[in-house]
Amino acid sequence: MADFFAMGGYAAYVWGSYLVVALVLGGLLVWSRQQLKSRRAALARLKAQEDRRTEIAGGEPEQTNSTGTPQD
Amino acid sequence: MPLPQDERTTVQMFTRFAQPARFFALADRIAPWLWGLVILGLAVGLPWALIFVQPDYQQGDTVRIMYVHVPAAWMAMFVYASMAIASFVALVWRHPLAEIAAVASAPIGAAFTFCALVTGSLWGKPMWGTYWEWDGRMTSVLILFFIYLAHIALSQAFEDPAQGRRIANIFALVGVLILPIIKFSVEWWNTLHQSASVFRMDGPTIEPSMLWPLLIMGLTFQVLYFALLIVRMHSEMAAVRLRSSRLALMRREQTSEAVAS
Repeated sequence: MADFFAMGGYAAYVWGSYLVVALVLGGLLVWSRQQLKSRRAALARLKAQEDRRTEIAGGEPEQTNSTGTPQD
Repeated sequence: MPLPQDERTTVQMFTRFAQPARFFALADRIAPWLWGLVILGLAVGLPWALIFVQPDYQQGDTVRIMYVHVPAAWMAMFVYASMAIASFVALVWRHPLAEIAAVASAPIGAAFTFCALVTGSLWGKPMWGTYWEWDGRMTSVLILFFIYLAHIALSQAFEDPAQGRRIANIFALVGVLILPIIKFSVEWWNTLHQSASVFRMDGPTIEPSMLWPLLIMGLTFQVLYFALLIVRMHSEMAAVRLRSSRLALMRREQTSEAVAS
């Protein structure tokens, strides 16, 4: 087991390499998911805001609202 | 930016990005399988590379670095090639998904290239006695890394993101010249980096017991790219929708103000 961690005296280089790859690729995944989550949350907020506005306007169907906003 | 221009692009957005819903539905169904394959690949590839492969008679245990270095370097080039193809499709056929795929690929390609550079450096120190040398292969891969960074910067540099994506895609096509330079750099400037030992005209020269775990790690990285790409494409798509929704809201506010006054 100790041999496994020692990597024949090259532990820093071998484990360092695997660590960098894990951090960079893992970090990319975490960052991408976080970005997607916050963008979707912002979209949902925007939609709620629009829904409130149309309610206040008495549910009047607005011209611009019928262009078929893509739904998630 | 005059308003009519914005209006036009917003309307275009709605219609142009209506279709991709089907693509994302399919991608979402495939994604769990891709992540499953990545986990399986790592579960097999990592112990193989880190434990079962015998230390090389010349390089000792540093040879284990190869199992992340070489797949990362392959992906650095593969992602760029895919990005260039997607850019071409986006520019010629104005396909919105291709445009999104190209822009979504750039950070993934940059990450793989960074991994290839750092692991190469960590392998070079004990084996060549230096972290870095301005050798043909290393320099050309470093240039590839900068090309990725420039692509990311370009795609975000314009007020109108659609224009940014288009400029970035043209840039990606020009930058494709780096791929043959990287591939043949080890032959043209044979200074330090070894030449190809897997993808050769006369077949692999690498020992089969080392080739198999390398191919498994390579395939795992490949699948990881597609899995990450789906997440990033979702994110780019959300950014496009967010912008068009904001523009639509702004326009509506302007018209209601005009009506009120």
